[in-house]
Amino acid sequence: MADNKPLGGKILTKPFLVCLVILAIAGILLIKRLIFGVGSVTNLTDGYPWGIWIAYDVVVGTALACGGYAMALLIYVLNKGEYYPLIRSAILTSVFGYTLAGVSIFFDVGRYWQLHNMFLPWFSQINSILFEVGVCIALYVLVLWIEFTPSFLEKWKTEKYLKIANKFMFIFIAIGILLPTMHQSSLGSLLIIAGQKVSPLWQTNLLPLLFLTTAITMGYSIVVMESILSSLGFRMPLETPILGKLSKIIPRLIVFYLVVRFGELIYRGQLGLALNGDFKGFMFIVENILYLIPVVILFQSKNLTKPRMIFIAAVSMLLAGSVYRFNAFLVGFDPGPGWHYFPSFSETMITLGFISIEIMGYLYLVKKLPVLPVLRHT
Amino acid sequence: MDLKRRDFIKGVACSSLLLAADAPSVFAAEPRKTLSSDALGILYDATLCVGCKACVAACKQNNDMPPDHTTEEKLYDDPIDLSGKTLNIIKLYKHGAGTEKDNETGYSYIKRHCMHCIDPSCISACPVKALTKNPKNGIVEYNKDACVGCRYCQLACPYNIPKFEWLEAFPQIRKCQLCSHLIKKGKISACCDVCPTGASLFGNVNDLLKEAKRRLEMKPGEENVFPVASINSKDTTARPAGKYFQHIYGEKEGGGTQVLFLAGVSHEKLGLPKLSDRADAAVSEGIQHGIYKGMIGPVALLAGLLFTVYKNTKKDDK
Ligand code: SF4
Ligand code: SF4
Ligand code: SF4
Repeated sequence: MADNKPLGGKILTKPFLVCLVILAIAGILLIKRLIFGVGSVTNLTDGYPWGIWIAYDVVVGTALACGGYAMALLIYVLNKGEYYPLIRSAILTSVFGYTLAGVSIFFDVGRYWQLHNMFLPWFSQINSILFEVGVCIALYVLVLWIEFTPSFLEKWKTEKYLKIANKFMFIFIAIGILLPTMHQSSLGSLLIIAGQKVSPLWQTNLLPLLFLTTAITMGYSIVVMESILSSLGFRMPLETPILGKLSKIIPRLIVFYLVVRFGELIYRGQLGLALNGDFKGFMFIVENILYLIPVVILFQSKNLTKPRMIFIAAVSMLLAGSVYRFNAFLVGFDPGPGWHYFPSFSETMITLGFISIEIMGYLYLVKKLPVLPVLRHT
Repeated sequence: MDLKRRDFIKGVACSSLLLAADAPSVFAAEPRKTLSSDALGILYDATLCVGCKACVAACKQNNDMPPDHTTEEKLYDDPIDLSGKTLNIIKLYKHGAGTEKDNETGYSYIKRHCMHCIDPSCISACPVKALTKNPKNGIVEYNKDACVGCRYCQLACPYNIPKFEWLEAFPQIRKCQLCSHLIKKGKISACCDVCPTGASLFGNVNDLLKEAKRRLEMKPGEENVFPVASINSKDTTARPAGKYFQHIYGEKEGGGTQVLFLAGVSHEKLGLPKLSDRADAAVSEGIQHGIYKGMIGPVALLAGLLFTVYKNTKKDDK
């Protein structure tokens, strides 16, 4: 554990300030939303009631925040202790990704002052997939903050509490593996009830399996990407050997996913839709090419020692998972003739604002708290 | 315990398969809801509708809905579709010059509002029971004090019925609730009550179904008697039967609805979605329950996780 150290250094760097400006603009727009309604800043309509706030902030955002979950699976379930140095920063990005998904939901729903109804037993509607997703995500945010507390406790040098925290941590780690398994698959299930409104290229009863598999794969990819970026950004040595090993998992998961995905499309006889020449077909092809890139790169073992290659592979996988989710929720969603949706400027700015807080928070905390592994291989 | 990579992939695959999709339970839908014998609904017969829109006005009045302006002058209540301000609308289907009524190559009216589905997607979707189905009459009602405004009901409804007040600071979902407030007082729905031709007919759904079947058997052009306002009313009108498109929309669509449509034009042309006989709610809940098996799945998984994580963290401590 002594591996992790605060990085120190200036807080108000250039990237931090850029984020601050974006956040200020988003803040003003959010006030507008609270006074004049969701429709005053978004292009959402009764046909497209969910736009990028749900598709990006929640559906893609929490999948991008699956690093903590994916690493926990590897370290605590499969007992691969060697990856332990990577878990703190992975949990930190998960903390931010999930917390901000929660905050963004608050602005997205129309009747936010009643949002707590989800947790009141007499209002809970347990057949609702959104109920499950909402409750799981809320609980997981809590669990993630608990999993992150040792970083604070170490910083404050409170040995006694640190000991207690470490003693019971296994409970939260276990719950912290269960919850994402449930809600990441259910994020896919959300679409099942929309029936024929979702194009057959994406509408399938296997949505939960496909979403879960890609969420885990995205989790490993984000850890790889984030580790390389931090090393470069903070001028630390690259963790190539361990990242290369981690990267080996990625193509295997993708191949499993693609076999299920295409097998199912062929079984239903819908694969032809991909070659229709329309926008949906085009996006389907883009999505799957992005999946193939990491497979091609990472199955060549010589690439596993090249940071540039594993970085490209990880980014491609993250894009693939993100495009898949966008496609399922927005591109493949068609409520009928006459409805169109493309996110508005304000709506997009607000989403960028949330991403900015995430980046700022990450930059701040890795400088102040023992999160990143420092100089492991001498 | 040194797992090999292959075992790892297998492990992930199996656990996710176990959680997400063991085929039989996934594809077996829930035993589903059927039409209650006291269910109330509306039979809309486009061949009787004269497009007077008295029902649109009556609906606004009786449900305290504001006028909806779509022209610049803002002179009339002139909605072009359902919205947060309009729960009921008469739309026009037109082909070409559109001179002959109730004909594919002519024109036809169609009324749109909540279908009061037998197994509604909106209810299955709603996380907080803001939408509920009255156990007796089957009316799908909305409770704003429960609603969180997530709009999942809008995403779920195959008819795009629930509407949201996009420009309100404190918005609600709006949709036809079959005038349940009037029904509680022993009255009938406002739109049917004012309908002068009997095109919108209120009544028990089983009676309405029988009536719809009777109409499909009529000989086009032959004089027949049609009830007005309510299937039980003494008020009737005699007129030549229309040339019906031989289908009762709502009898089977999406598991069936309490609002039924008859028309002289195919329902698809009138903008009604082509749906399978099975409710999406049944598919969705079937999968979810298949995965979770009454929470036994998650609980068992948690127990396994607690054990494994405990074992693996303890070893690390040493
Ligand atoms: S038509 Fe839509 S809103 Fe009405 S009951 Fe059916 S699913 Fe619900
Ligand atoms: S918007 Fe309201 S009524 Fe609709 S699903 Fe959400 S909570 Fe339920
Ligand atoms: S039943 Fe009532 S609320 Fe529904 S359309 Fe008719 S008048 Fe409007």
